[in-house]
Amino acid sequence: MSRTEIFATAADAVADIPNGATILCGGFGGAGYPRNLIAALAERKVTGLTVVANNAGHEALFEYGGVRKVVCSYPVGPTSRGFLEVLNRGDAELELEPQGTLVERIRTAGAGLGGFLTKVGIGTELADGKELIEVDGEEYLICQPIKAEYALVKAWKGDRSGNLIYRHAARNFNAVMATAAPVAIVEVSEIIEGYLDPDSVHTSGAFIDRLVMVNT
Amino acid sequence: MNAEIEMGLWSMQEIGTRVAQDVEPNWLVNVGIGMPQVAIEPLTERGITLHSENGIIGLGPSPSPGDEDPDVIDAGKGFATVVPGGSFIDSITSFTLIRGGRLDLALMGAYEVSVNGDLANWRLRGKKIAGIGGAADLAHGARRVWIITTLFANDGTSSKLVKECSHALTARGVVKRIYTEYGVFEPSGDAFRVIGLADGVNATDLADRGVPL
Repeated sequence: MSRTEIFATAADAVADIPNGATILCGGFGGAGYPRNLIAALAERKVTGLTVVANNAGHEALFEYGGVRKVVCSYPVGPTSRGFLEVLNRGDAELELEPQGTLVERIRTAGAGLGGFLTKVGIGTELADGKELIEVDGEEYLICQPIKAEYALVKAWKGDRSGNLIYRHAARNFNAVMATAAPVAIVEVSEIIEGYLDPDSVHTSGAFIDRLVMVNT
Repeated sequence: MNAEIEMGLWSMQEIGTRVAQDVEPNWLVNVGIGMPQVAIEPLTERGITLHSENGIIGLGPSPSPGDEDPDVIDAGKGFATVVPGGSFIDSITSFTLIRGGRLDLALMGAYEVSVNGDLANWRLRGKKIAGIGGAADLAHGARRVWIITTLFANDGTSSKLVKECSHALTARGVVKRIYTEYGVFEPSGDAFRVIGLADGVNATDLADRGVPL
C-alpha cells in the first residue's frame, strides 16, 4: 500500500495549503516549473506565502499579492518583472543565496541535518548574516536548513506508487525538493499504467504524498 | 575607433578561439552567461565537454529552429542541446560537481577583476537587486576561473582590471586569467602580468589608460 494519494485536479492537491505557508517550488526558469499547482494556489488566492525556488517568476502569485517572501538565487530577468514590482513597493522581501548554497540548504532540511558548512561567499556580502566557523584550520560559513511545509514539484512520468521520472533538464531543483518538505505534491504529465521500472526511477514514491496528472 | 582597428584588436570570435586553444582536451568546462558564450562553438568543435549548472553535462550548441525543447535549456535559460555521451543531473549533483572540484575550468564574464584575483561579476555598485545564480559556487569550486571580457567598461575608459574591485564581490582571489580584445592577462598580486597582446597593442599605452600592469 503506497502512501501516495492520487488527486483528480491540481486544485484538490493544494486545497489545504494555508495562508502564510512556506513552499518549495521546483524548476529552473520554466523548465520543471509546477505551473499547474502554482495556478491552483493562485486561484485560491492564498496569501502570505514564502516561496523558495531558484528564480522569482511566480507571476500568478504576485498578481494578487500572494507572496510575502522569496528565497532564490536569481530574482532578475524577463520572468521576474512581477517580483521586482512587489519588491520595489515593499510588499515582499528577498533572501538571496548562491544557487549551490540554496539547493544544499533545501537538501539538509529533508535529510534531517542541522545545516552544513561552505566556503562559498566568504569575504563577500553573500556571507552577511552567516556565522563563521574554523574546521581543521580552514574557515567556513554555517548554513541553516530551509524548513518548508510543502514542496511543489513537476515530474514527467509517475506511477501509482508515487515513483517519478523527470524529463531532461527539468530535473533540476525538483529532485531534491521532492525529498525536502513534510508534504510533497507532484504534478506529472502522465500517470502510467502499471509501474515504472525500479531501475529507472529518479525519485522514489516513498517521498511523495500527492500526485496529480496535468495536461501541460 | 579606426586606431583600434589598426591596432588589430581581437574580435570576440577570436577571443573564443584563443580560449578554446588553451583548454586541454579532457577538461570539463562550465561556460557562463554573456561574453563567455563566444567560446562555446570553438570548444564544442574541439570535443570539449561542457557543463551547465542547471543540470546538463555535455551541453551542445543551440538547436536548429523547430528543434527547441523547453526541457533542454542552459543556465541562461536559452534553448540548448545535449551531445552524444551527455547526461542530465539534478541541482544537488550539479553543485556537488562544482564545489567538489570536478570542474577543470569556469569561464565567466566580469565587471571587474583585481590584481589579487578578486572577482566582481554579479551586482554593479549602487544597484540594489541582482542575481548571483551559480556564480559564487563556480568561482569557488572550479579548479580554474578564466574571464572573458572587454578590457574597458561600457564607458570606454574605465579599466575592468583594477587594483581593488568597487562592485559587489563574487569571490576573493579566484581568477587565474583574463582574455580581452587587447590581450591576455594574469593577476600577479600587485599588478597584472601580460601573457600576450594583440598586434600593435602596447603595454605602456594600456598602463597609461589605467590598466594596472
